[in-house]
Amino acid sequence: MSDDDTLEEAELGTLPLDAWHRAKGARMVPFAGYEMPIQYEGGGIVAEHNWTRESASLFDVSHMGQLSVSGENAAAELEKLVPGAVTSLGEGRMRYSLLLTEAGGVIDDLMITNAGPHIALVVNGATKWDDIAHLREHLPDEITLTHYEDQALLALQGPKAAEVLDALVPGTGGLTFMRAAAFDWNGVPLWVSRAGYTGEDGFEISVHADTAEALADALTADERVKPAGLGARDSLRLEAGLPLYGHDLTTEIDPVSAGLGFALSKKRREAGGWMGHQACAVKLKDGCASTRVGLALEGRLPAREGAPVYAGEELVGKVTSGGFSPTLSRPIAMAYVGADYAAEGTALEIEVRNKRLPATVTPMPFVPHRYYRGS
Amino acid sequence: MPRYFTDEHEWIDVEGDSATVGITEYAQDQLGDIVFVELPTVGDTVEKGKEAAVVESVKAASDVYAPISGEVTEINSTLEDEPGLVNSSPEEDGWFFRVNVSDEGEFEGLMDEDAYKEFLANL
Repeated sequence: MSDDDTLEEAELGTLPLDAWHRAKGARMVPFAGYEMPIQYEGGGIVAEHNWTRESASLFDVSHMGQLSVSGENAAAELEKLVPGAVTSLGEGRMRYSLLLTEAGGVIDDLMITNAGPHIALVVNGATKWDDIAHLREHLPDEITLTHYEDQALLALQGPKAAEVLDALVPGTGGLTFMRAAAFDWNGVPLWVSRAGYTGEDGFEISVHADTAEALADALTADERVKPAGLGARDSLRLEAGLPLYGHDLTTEIDPVSAGLGFALSKKRREAGGWMGHQACAVKLKDGCASTRVGLALEGRLPAREGAPVYAGEELVGKVTSGGFSPTLSRPIAMAYVGADYAAEGTALEIEVRNKRLPATVTPMPFVPHRYYRGS
Repeated sequence: MPRYFTDEHEWIDVEGDSATVGITEYAQDQLGDIVFVELPTVGDTVEKGKEAAVVESVKAASDVYAPISGEVTEINSTLEDEPGLVNSSPEEDGWFFRVNVSDEGEFEGLMDEDAYKEFLANL
């Protein structure tokens, strides 16, 4: 037996909750430069996945980069590097956006929040150092770029997350999806946003590394909350149809092909003035050679990243994320396929170990989102 | 009935000229939730050390190697509908396939239970 995953020999960082994870029986694996929990003892990925959909799970996402830009015109300057509107973002509001190359390739996807005195950014763990270099290169010297290396980031996700967190940190339940604010937990400052990457209602909580363990203990002391690892996080985000940087998004992929047109705000599409605008405008006008689609597979055999997609004998695309959906009990995948094959209901085939698996183009999310947008 | 183990975490039970192959408790625990098992076909010839089956967990696909060479005489077709048997009963009901033993010399180099336990302890 051998695992397909190859573990690179590299200097690995330690997350603030490293000891906490190990005490909870986590199996740690190298990811994004850190040793991170893939799953915890006693459950397994499917159990952690299902618990997140039914109750609430605590994910450690401290590997992600927590940055800020500040100074006069910080919003306007950042806006030159992303297709989303930043200057018009109200205080406490957040937006999903992208760092792009001039050619329209995705350097990273990120969350941008108007945090009042500064613009807060949350970027991917594996790309954070490149993002920092890119931002520093293109932002004027008078804009301050701060990397909060001493902050941990915890994601509490699931339908019971709001009840649990509001009991511990009163007022957090008043946030709606994509809103953020500062809170106080027994004198400890927290920055809480109602967001996440599982498709469920939930929160991301930024807390100083010194207090992260106490907060993780307080959250998991509630029987509705269990820790969950990277394995469940990946299957949840796949069911939610959310792209994963490095897999479904790369510098070779532009946001229009990726189906992230919503991240190119209408006004800014027309006005331009942001890196990658011209390349994206051409794609918007002329269409894309290939586009990201969801595929539903028959049977039980999952198709993984890299699997070729066929229409008859013609190679028409490639899987970029694939796995077994615990919620749907069947395999699902995301793929880039030629524009002629992207229509919902198109019958395609995915090749896995010399076998052709029937697959149908399916709308995403595969499992409906349950974000809390207010009652 | 002697049981042998490989350092790739397969087990093999030998009874006369028939050998049953599966993966160990340790292997299933490392793999996590198994969602699909791809078995060889009866009549296939498997070769010692070469890929003979594939297990798909939620996380990844992993190869299962043949601990000895031989012709596949039987497969555990229950696994097609119940791949989770490999998690719940890896060393009994979750067996993968049976082969006829063509070369007993190939048992050399395989571990017995005590040796495998020691091997696991030193991982």
